[in-house]
Amino acid sequence: MSNFNFHKKALIPFITGGDPDIETTEKLTLAMIEAGADMIKIGVPFSDPVAESVTVQKASERALANGCTVDKLFEMVKNIRKNHATPIIFMTYTNLIFVYGKEKFMKNCQEAGINGLVVPDLPFEEKQELDPTCRKFGIALIPLVFPSSKERASMIANGAEGFVYYIPSPAITKTEVENVISEIRKTSQLPVVISYNLKSPADVAPLAAANGIIIDSAVVEIIAKHRQKAVPHVAEYVRRMKI
Amino acid sequence: MANGRFGEYGGQYVPEMLMTVLHELEKAYNHYKNDAAFQAELKDLLNNFANRPSSLYFAEKMTRDLGGAKIYLKREDLNHTGSHKINNVLGQTLLAKKMGKTRVIAETGAGQHGVATATAAALMGLECEVFMGKEDTERQALNVFRMELLGAKVHPVTSGTMTLKDAVNETLREWVTRMDDTHYVIGSVVGPHPFPAMVHDFHRVISQEIKAQLQVAEGKLPSAVIACVGGGSNAMGAFSDFIGDKDVKLIGCEAAGYGVDTPKTAATITVGTVGIMHGMKSYFCQDEYGQIAPVYSISAGLDYPGIGPEHSYLNDIGRAEYVPVTDDEAVSAFEYLARTEGIIPAIESSHAVAHARKIAGQFGKDEIIVINLSGRGDKDVAAIARYKGVTVNE
Repeated sequence: MSNFNFHKKALIPFITGGDPDIETTEKLTLAMIEAGADMIKIGVPFSDPVAESVTVQKASERALANGCTVDKLFEMVKNIRKNHATPIIFMTYTNLIFVYGKEKFMKNCQEAGINGLVVPDLPFEEKQELDPTCRKFGIALIPLVFPSSKERASMIANGAEGFVYYIPSPAITKTEVENVISEIRKTSQLPVVISYNLKSPADVAPLAAANGIIIDSAVVEIIAKHRQKAVPHVAEYVRRMKI
Repeated sequence: MANGRFGEYGGQYVPEMLMTVLHELEKAYNHYKNDAAFQAELKDLLNNFANRPSSLYFAEKMTRDLGGAKIYLKREDLNHTGSHKINNVLGQTLLAKKMGKTRVIAETGAGQHGVATATAAALMGLECEVFMGKEDTERQALNVFRMELLGAKVHPVTSGTMTLKDAVNETLREWVTRMDDTHYVIGSVVGPHPFPAMVHDFHRVISQEIKAQLQVAEGKLPSAVIACVGGGSNAMGAFSDFIGDKDVKLIGCEAAGYGVDTPKTAATITVGTVGIMHGMKSYFCQDEYGQIAPVYSISAGLDYPGIGPEHSYLNDIGRAEYVPVTDDEAVSAFEYLARTEGIIPAIESSHAVAHARKIAGQFGKDEIIVINLSGRGDKDVAAIARYKGVTVNE
């Protein structure tokens, strides 16, 4: 069973694997877990990340230029798993999984202790590309919902695993969040997690109905600024947002 | 074709955000492709604005020189804006207008598709923005100015390798931010369904005309149809009506750049593997981890690491053959056609001319080869001069 249970509002920071380098990514992941993160989302960098903002694109470019590969990230997660059970999910593009080999990729996820996958270029209509292999290895294939797909939310959530990942409109409101959750609840009781760039703990007000928050790019921005020296800054950010 | 697939290729591998607009497009296209009024309006534009039908020219001197098959040139270079690109652009822009869109966006490599889109947008009174790799805006500065003359706004793209594939990424990103009033005019038989099928249909007029023109001139089918392939739109248009004629060889010429045994190549079918990018499953130039490779060709229009999904399918089932042609061979063919027939072809189309030179002698004198001359070479004159080390003061 790969569904996640959140007892309280989960804080899920996002970093790009290998930015600025693998060693720092490992230190950052450990520091965020120790600072109270409930789950860590790690981006496996792709050369052509069409769904990413400029901030995350640049982080991916830095990581690839520094030789980051998914094999190195599997090894890193294995190391972390020696002492920590905090859920870790990967975000990456279909091509990286397809070219690596779907079975081999999922098997390595399972062995390394990756709990779920977010694949931003795999919409509901193409889900069968990865879903059977994910299920075989117990990796949650986490579905994305956008404001433009509001009517599709219940279809997307139906039978999904892990949690539902909602990317809100720029002018997010409490009503928007409640509406999308009630649409999802027509078919699914999965936790609903919202992507948001928390700047202060008070920002969570409109997100009250959500089960968790994925930090969109705030942590990536801190890393872009401080590079190898980012660890204490990132830990401080996570501690501050974790109320 | 079920679910936008050509065998295993194609599909809709795009962010969930785009699904609603893709469904809307598919529905509109399925309606208008069978709508007589729409088709009549498009035909009128193609004939009276774009100057169709393009001629099928018997290249007598080339035929005599090569000593084999009779060579015919399909003169897409004589279309308005200088290439086949206008066929698809008029179709998509008219469709966008019928759908109530007021703005079109497009990617462009060398600038041919960008210029064609800016032209159609000016004609139909739509706002137009074109995304072009920064490197390409510098190499093709004249085309940037041409688009601006036509009223388009050109955005230099600075992400990734700053070339065509990055321009596609950026245009997709732009579309996501503004879907209500905007249509993305994709420039080739690539991208998520319904684009590969729709762009195929809009270029099908090329092979329909070839078939009819050859029937009048020779009373028979060609033995081979040869076209250059980047994404593959002119080739798909030239192949389309011959796919069912099993005796007609269909040959796509890929840009080999410095050669397929070097990293400086863009010959996707020859050196690529199956992958997923730009919304489609197809062949791509990529590494063992699925990172897309930086590709190279002297021709900016063929400088793309993927190929349309229908070509991947035609390759796998053995219906079409894809061959690599190097920069050197293309430049030599560019000069050859200029001197032999008085026609300066686009450097893209020169790849097809180069392959015809290689194989014409293997055919009998009663056989026919049609080369799709997809574009004219005016835009390439400066680049060819540079390639040959000749200084030209503009």
